[in-house]
Amino acid sequence: MLRKKRWFFAILTLLPVLAIFAAVRLYPIGETLRLSLHKWDILSRNKPFIGLANFQELMGDRLFQEALLNTTIIAFGVLLITIPLALVLAALIHYRVGSRLGPFFETAIFLPHVVSLVPAAMAWKYIFDARLGPLNAFLSLFGVPAQSWLFDPRLALFCVIVLCSWQALGYAVLIYLVGFKSLPVSLYEAAKLDGASGPQSFWFLSVPMLKPITLYVSVVTLVSGFNVYAQAFVLASDAQGAPGRQVRVLVLDMLENSFRNYRVGYAASEAVVLLLIVLLFTAIQFSLLRERGRA
Amino acid sequence: MTDSAVLSADDVAEGRNRRSRRRLLNLVIDGVLLVFSLLMLLPLVFLVSNAFKTPAELLSWPPTIIPANPTVSNFSAVIADTPLLVWIGNSLLFAILSAIAILITSAIAGYILAKFRYRTLTVVFMIILATAIVPFEVYMIPLYLEAQSLKILNTTWGLLLGYLVMSFGIFLIRQNVAHSIPDELLEAARIDGAGELWIFWRIVLPLLRGALGALFVLAFFQAWTAFAWPIIVATKRESYTIEVGLALFQTGFTVDLGRLSAASALVLIPSFTVFVLLRRNFVQGVASTGLKE
Repeated sequence: MLRKKRWFFAILTLLPVLAIFAAVRLYPIGETLRLSLHKWDILSRNKPFIGLANFQELMGDRLFQEALLNTTIIAFGVLLITIPLALVLAALIHYRVGSRLGPFFETAIFLPHVVSLVPAAMAWKYIFDARLGPLNAFLSLFGVPAQSWLFDPRLALFCVIVLCSWQALGYAVLIYLVGFKSLPVSLYEAAKLDGASGPQSFWFLSVPMLKPITLYVSVVTLVSGFNVYAQAFVLASDAQGAPGRQVRVLVLDMLENSFRNYRVGYAASEAVVLLLIVLLFTAIQFSLLRERGRA
Repeated sequence: MTDSAVLSADDVAEGRNRRSRRRLLNLVIDGVLLVFSLLMLLPLVFLVSNAFKTPAELLSWPPTIIPANPTVSNFSAVIADTPLLVWIGNSLLFAILSAIAILITSAIAGYILAKFRYRTLTVVFMIILATAIVPFEVYMIPLYLEAQSLKILNTTWGLLLGYLVMSFGIFLIRQNVAHSIPDELLEAARIDGAGELWIFWRIVLPLLRGALGALFVLAFFQAWTAFAWPIIVATKRESYTIEVGLALFQTGFTVDLGRLSAASALVLIPSFTVFVLLRRNFVQGVASTGLKE
């Protein structure tokens, strides 16, 4: 009797939440998968099933290829900048844990992660500005000629990477700091007695022991890198002011296909590609973690 | 005993040497971190400073960090030119409602999934966890079509549709309940004749205050900084969120840097305030995202 009542309570309270969850998560995810296999244009009445034709078309789509390449470069660029830098910074902050400036370091490095995307992008747009920007002013001190950072496609790509790294860094440092706090102090003392220097115990103790955290932060960074949109939207407008055209990214291409070209099915197939990329990274993370567990 | 108590002059000198070398090293590390921290803040410093500059100073070369003749005319101009305050209002309403919705759904689902052990619920939890991997951008177009058929485009409800639940929030609360609320406590309350609802309201929720606080801040910022979803759902000028409004405002030809900076600086105020006030909660919340296994 009592157990029945409890079961009843559990279902009754959980059901509304699950209903919402199904409506705003499960159903749209399922729909993305379904639409990707259909010729689903807003304008045409017939929305026939076409199998993998959308994906076939994607393979030859120049704009999609450009977007995929840019997005991949951004994601891995951010990864390559963020992870080593965050690891070193976290080690230094952890080493100076008693320092009176400690909270300031943490706040200053973490703040960019909290700041809204668009104002942050705006701030950097000024830094990179060819005519007025502080970056060119700084470089001119060394005799480097002014660069048009945001209008050269390659440099613009670099700018997006810098902006995204600036934002991602704080999160990575924070997670690494949690990791450093969990490392056994006795191990470091033993290493010190054996004559290991600071950099040595960082390289031979901390780095290997923090590997699971590195793996986790890398996957998070890569996944958010592949979802980059606002940063490119603001930073990489082309000469006519069309947002995000200078550095075409996956999400932009997807939204253009569905809202400018009204090809929702085709856009959904791009979303599925994005999903597959994310799943691939997650699978790699889990398999590497499991390997470690066995070793 | 005497050997170690009486140090030779050499030992003292060496100790002092090592200590001073260590102090020097600390100083160097502090210096490096300080420079790096200031560099991290520099773009934001420029942004805020530009907001107070006169048009003439904005064009001056090289750029200045501290405005020579600070003015607030950029702020008044941008508030007069654009519905900036309306956009900020839209964003605030959206972010607060979203955080409340996420708090409610996560608290209920997290508690039930942690303390009511039925096999069906385990499956439910696995499904929720699995969807946490899927980025929002993957399913936002079907979600848009959903909002369209509900006729809630360009409304706060439309914005909310994408931000009612958070898989990670459910996970966070479930872990918290499992670790910090013992079964015995709940059983004792049941034996004393407490109803399930009373237990949830009077025992579970108060014990979850810390976790819920962290989740609130996390959810608030998630909605406050949302971009891709608001830009497709809110397409009328007066229904923009602040992020969308700003992003589209800055693509215009005639906008000048001073006004843009003023608008951006205004947007930073809520973020800064919430972050400074709730830094602990926030850091705890973000750090806990790294603890999922």
